[in-house]
Amino acid sequence: MNKGISFTQAFFTLLKRDLQIAIRHKGDIFNPLLFFILVVTLFPLGIGPEPQVLSRVAPGIIWVAALLASMLSLERLFKADFVDGSLEQMLLSPQPLSLMVLAKVLAHWILTGVPLILVAPLLAVLLHLDDNSYGALMATLALGTPVLSLLGAIGVALTVGLRKGGVLLSLLILPLYIPVLIFATSAIDAAGLNLPYSGHLAIIGAMLVGSLILAPFAIGASLRVSTN
Amino acid sequence: MVEEKTATTLVSADNLTCIREERILFDELSFHIQAGEIVQIEGPNGSGKTSLLRILAGLSRPYAGEARYKGEDINRCRDEYNDDLLYLGHLAGVKSELTAEENLNFNLRISGYDDFDSTAILNKVNLSGFEEALAGHLSAGQHRRTALARLWHTNCKVWLLDEPFTAIDKKGVEELEQLFLQHAQNGGCVIMTTHQDMSIIGDDILRKIRLDYRFI
Amino acid sequence: MWKWLHSYADPERAYKLAGTLLPWFSALAIGFIGVGSIWGLLFAPVDYQQGDSYRIIFIHVPAASMSMSAYMAMATSAFIGLVWQIKSADWAAAAIAPIGAVVTFIALITGATWGKPMWGTWWVWDARLTSELVLLFLYLGVISLYASFEDKVLAARAAGILAIVGVINIPIIKYSVEWWNSLHQPATIKITEKSSMAMEMLMPLLINILGFGLMIGAITLVRFRAEILARNGMRPWVRELATAEGVK
Repeated sequence: MNKGISFTQAFFTLLKRDLQIAIRHKGDIFNPLLFFILVVTLFPLGIGPEPQVLSRVAPGIIWVAALLASMLSLERLFKADFVDGSLEQMLLSPQPLSLMVLAKVLAHWILTGVPLILVAPLLAVLLHLDDNSYGALMATLALGTPVLSLLGAIGVALTVGLRKGGVLLSLLILPLYIPVLIFATSAIDAAGLNLPYSGHLAIIGAMLVGSLILAPFAIGASLRVSTN
Repeated sequence: MVEEKTATTLVSADNLTCIREERILFDELSFHIQAGEIVQIEGPNGSGKTSLLRILAGLSRPYAGEARYKGEDINRCRDEYNDDLLYLGHLAGVKSELTAEENLNFNLRISGYDDFDSTAILNKVNLSGFEEALAGHLSAGQHRRTALARLWHTNCKVWLLDEPFTAIDKKGVEELEQLFLQHAQNGGCVIMTTHQDMSIIGDDILRKIRLDYRFI
Repeated sequence: MWKWLHSYADPERAYKLAGTLLPWFSALAIGFIGVGSIWGLLFAPVDYQQGDSYRIIFIHVPAASMSMSAYMAMATSAFIGLVWQIKSADWAAAAIAPIGAVVTFIALITGATWGKPMWGTWWVWDARLTSELVLLFLYLGVISLYASFEDKVLAARAAGILAIVGVINIPIIKYSVEWWNSLHQPATIKITEKSSMAMEMLMPLLINILGFGLMIGAITLVRFRAEILARNGMRPWVRELATAEGVK
C-alpha cells in the first residue's frame, strides 16, 4: 500500500472524473451554450437590425452574454459535490486543495468556456462584427473566460451551501467581472479600427495569471467555510 | 475520562466547545484517543455527535478549543493529518454517474494509492458483479458499501466514521466489526457514531464517549 | 502584534474595549462634523465658478473618501479574522459593511446632485461616480452574503473572504474604469479638480473628512457591540450584563 500518486496524477484524476461525469450528463454542457446563443439573438430584436448599429455594439453584447452564460453555468460547479459529500472528501484528501480546486475549474472551463469560444464567431456573423475584429474576439475570449471561471468559482464556493444561490451569486461576482469586460471589449473595438490591441491582451493575460495564482486559495478558503 | 496524553495518542480534544444555532452542543469537552482504541460517540439525536466528528476531522471549526493530532493543532498539521485520516460522513462522496468501480478507483487514487486491485476490494464488500453498475442504480446498502470499500485499502491510522452501519445488513456489520478490530490491533483507532448494537466488539473493548442533549 | 490582538480576541474584552472607546469617538465625531459643516456651509468663501452649489463637496468628498477607507478597514479586519482565526475581527468586519454601504450611497447621491448644476444631468458615466457605484455593489454583495447564512459565525467568515477578494480587485476595477472613461469621454470635467483650493475651503473639508471617519468608527463600535451581544447571548457574562441592566 504505497502512496505513489503525484500531485500531477491527482490533478488529472480529478479532471478526468469531472469530464467523465459531464459527458454522462450532457445537459450541463449545452444549456449554458444555448443560453449564450439565445441572449445574443435577442439583441437585434430589441435594438433593430441595422448592421451599423449592431456592429458597433457587437463586442459588448457578445461579452456581456458570455459573462452571464459563464456565471449561470458556474452555479453547478460545486453543487453536486456538495450534495453527495465528495466535497468533504476533497477537502480531507492528502492532495493540496488549491490543486484540486484548479482541476475542477479547468474541467468546468473545458466544458463550458471552450464551446463558448467556438460558437462566438458564428454569433459575431449574426451581429455584423467588423471583419478585423474576429481575431481579437477569439483571443479575448480565450484569455478572458478562464478568468471569469476562476473569479466566479470564488462566489460559487461561498454560496454552495446556501439554498438561494442564483441572484446572490450574480451580486457577488458580476462586479469582479468588470475589468475583464472593459479590456476585452476595448480590445475588440481597437481591432475593428485596425489599431494594435496586444496591450489589452497583455492586461487580460496578467489578470489570468493573477487569478490563477490567487483564486484557488480564495476558493479553498470559501469551500472550508461552506462545508462547515 | 481525561487521561494524560501519551506517546501513542493519535487524536485529542482539548476543551472543545461547539455552538450551533445559538445552542451549546458541548462545552469544554476533552479526551485523548490512543492507538488501538475503538471509540463510540453516543448520545441522543441533536446532541452533537456528527458535529464532534466533523470538528475532529477538521471540517468544522469549534467555537473554542482545539482538536489535536499527535498533540498538535490539526490546523497546523493539516497535511500530515489528512494523510493519516479517513473520514466517512453521512454522505459518503459516491458519484451516481460513475460505476462502483470508477468510484472506488477515484477515491483511492485521490487518497494517493496507485497499487490496488479494485475488483478484489469490491469482492470483499460483496459487490462482485456490480463493478460496472452505475452507483445511482445500486441499492442504499450497496451504495454505502461502495463508500466503505475504501476501508479495505488504506494505511490511514485515524478512522472517523459517521454511522458506518447505516443500510448495511447483519453480515456486513459483522465484517466491518472484524475490520475495525484488525485495524485497532494494527495500531489504528476508530472513532464512530452508531445507533446499532455491535455483536463482535464487546463493551470490554469499546470505549464510549457520551454527549448529552443540553437545553441551554 | 499577535499577543496584543489575542488579548482582545475574547469577545468580553472586545466588548468592553469598544464600550470605552465609544464615547470618545462619538464626541469627537459630533465636534468635527459640527465645526466642519458649519464652517464649510456658512463661512467658507463662495466658489467663483460654481457659486454656492460647490458646497456639497463638504458632504460629498468626505463620504467618497471614507467609502473607500471603510472598505479597507473592513477587509483588514476580515484578514485579521481569517489569518488569526479571531471571531471578533470577523464580526467587526460585518459591522462595518452596512455603514460603508450607506456612506457610499451618500457619496453617489451627493455626486449626482452636484452633477445636475455642473453637467445639466443627474448621471454621467464619470470615472469616480462609476467606481463609487461598483463599490456600492461590492458592499451590497458582502451584506447580502452575510445575511444569507443562518449561522452568523460562518456568515462573518464568508463575508470576510468576499471582502478580501473585493479589496484585491478594487484597484484593478478602479484603474480599468478610469482607463475606460478616458477612452470614451476624453473631455469630461473632473468632479474634484486638483486645482489649488483656497485654504478657507480646504480646512473645513479636511475637518469634515476626519469627522466622517470618526463617525463611521463610532457607528461601527455600536454595531460591533450589538453583534458581540447577539452572538454570545448564551454566554454567562452576557447574561450577567443583562441582569445588571435589568433586562429579563
